[in-house]
Amino acid sequence: MKFSKSPILKDELAPWRARLVLILLLGCMLALIGRSLYLQAINNEFLISKGESRYERTLEVPATRGRILDRNGDVMAISTPVKSVWAIPEDARLQPAEARKLAQLLSMDVRELNRKLAEDKGFVFVKRQIAPELAERVMAMKLPGIHLQNEYRRYYPAGEVPAHVLGFTGVNDAGQEGIELAFNQQLAGQAGSRRVIKDRRGNIVEDVEHIKKPVEGKDVTLSLDAKIQYLAYSSLKQAVTTHRAKAGAALVLDAKTGEILALVNLPTYNPNNRSNLAGAQLRNRVFTDTFEPGSTMKPFTAALALEKGKVRFDTQIQTAPGRMTIGPATISDAHPHGVLTVAQVIQKSSNVGSAKMALSMDAADMWQMFDTLGFGTPLKLGFPGEAGGRLRPAKTWKPIEQATMSYGHGMSVTLIQLAHAYMVFAREGDLVPLLLTKANGPVSSDKQAFSVQTAREVRAMLEMAVLPGGTAPQAQIPGYRVGGKTGTAHKIEGGVYANKYIASFVGLAPVSDPRLIVAVMIDEPSAGKYYGGQVAGPVFSQLMAGALRTLGVPQDAPLKPIQLGSEEQQVRESM
Amino acid sequence: MVRLNLILLLITVACGLATVNANHRARKLVTSFEKEQQRMRALDVEWGQLQLEQSTWAAHARIEKVAKERLQMKTPLPAQIMVLESAP
Repeated sequence: MKFSKSPILKDELAPWRARLVLILLLGCMLALIGRSLYLQAINNEFLISKGESRYERTLEVPATRGRILDRNGDVMAISTPVKSVWAIPEDARLQPAEARKLAQLLSMDVRELNRKLAEDKGFVFVKRQIAPELAERVMAMKLPGIHLQNEYRRYYPAGEVPAHVLGFTGVNDAGQEGIELAFNQQLAGQAGSRRVIKDRRGNIVEDVEHIKKPVEGKDVTLSLDAKIQYLAYSSLKQAVTTHRAKAGAALVLDAKTGEILALVNLPTYNPNNRSNLAGAQLRNRVFTDTFEPGSTMKPFTAALALEKGKVRFDTQIQTAPGRMTIGPATISDAHPHGVLTVAQVIQKSSNVGSAKMALSMDAADMWQMFDTLGFGTPLKLGFPGEAGGRLRPAKTWKPIEQATMSYGHGMSVTLIQLAHAYMVFAREGDLVPLLLTKANGPVSSDKQAFSVQTAREVRAMLEMAVLPGGTAPQAQIPGYRVGGKTGTAHKIEGGVYANKYIASFVGLAPVSDPRLIVAVMIDEPSAGKYYGGQVAGPVFSQLMAGALRTLGVPQDAPLKPIQLGSEEQQVRESM
Repeated sequence: MVRLNLILLLITVACGLATVNANHRARKLVTSFEKEQQRMRALDVEWGQLQLEQSTWAAHARIEKVAKERLQMKTPLPAQIMVLESAP
């Protein structure tokens, strides 16, 4: 039978049935359109992010902290990646043999390892900052629950020698002391991040975008010379040990450019291993400790007297009987000298002589000179914790104070201020600012403190002080003409002068055309000798000789053994 | 009309295949570029470690020790030094 002849077709169907089917189908269609509209247009952000999370990865782009270099490009501080081993104690169920092997690899005690792995925490550091090769061997053991983390560690190859200049960084690679802190902005790198598409095997197949560009830390080139720095360290250390001193500091400046070539403090510390540090070791005495300079100030008094026309190089001053009464106080020399020229006052370091010069001058003029030389205000090199020292306003000075200040008592300075001020004698009476970083290009002097004539005359006086008959023949150097001034000062403890001393020496060489300034300070020498000439003089001589040779400065004197003169001939310094 | 459509279809397919090919090659290049960059970083790290090693070996304290102890060197006394003047 044909389909068209089927009797079922004869039955009329109600017309609403066809319409119902049509409406139902249309309804389904609308629902589908609505859903797809919802997924594609309205709620698509969520879906896109879900999709991307399947194939896109955000990677961190690491940035390293800049290096610190010395003036010749030798590395003084460098960061290198290391690994830290950490564990999830719950997952780290180690067999005793495995634990022993791991402890042996990490060179730690098995019991300590087991104690760490038994801790009730989600995360413990097993050992921090180990070499990458060692870390690979640890991972090769394929232990459960043991993981690695990348970290940077800062190394200081020269160890304790430049420790105070460089400072160190903390756990999160931020500077905490010294150059590391002062130049943190420049040194610190900023890690960036970027989005990439990875394939099934973990290869990066497409760069999507750089979210943040990484900024590599910039290198800092210091003015320091690693070789001179080591020389300063070893000669100072020798002196501090021989004289059983509490502390010491030495400083080498380039008189032509104002660059700091070496800066050493003792006691010091090893920045690579800072597990047990004491405050005394961390002190950067050159910048932060002020002391009464003593006789090292006398050349400035003489220079001002020359400058103001009060005296000439060979004006005679009566210093007998070696004592002088000003108001209720008396100042005295170690032993009476009689009539001395101005040059001899410096050479023999007479307190009475310099007090007489000081009292012939205005207090305001003296204050003005000290201020021009930079005493009383921090040098503002950007170094953390710089001290300014004490210099009271001239209006408050009594005559006795004006007299004692002429030989460095009643005021306090830092060693770097003192060395900086001696630049007026090493140069032609002018000052250039000090530099911690290598100078690029010529420097211009910013202050003229004395005339050229005055500077040259005082330089001649300084040379006399290190010849036999002066206070520091020990400071002589064969082959070079040197000049300098000793200082020996009582320390103040609780407001009164104690029987403890600070021996110092500041000098320059070669006198014919000064290139270097060296300042040495020894705190509390307690092995019998305490005069600046005996304690700090030899350090100066050794350090200056080595530094001049290192820099290849031409000799300006015949090479002959130095003459110290007899013990009696050596002049004891007045305090 | 049918012929034109066929030609257009073929061109479209060819273009599609070319795109796939180009994309694949680009990804390969990116992968090798990334590998090279990784190598660069590894070399950078190694350079840093070598610098560290060099400056540790060349530390002045160590040089002085070796010179004094192993090579028996001494600082000459002033009397032992001769200065040679260069000819004018």
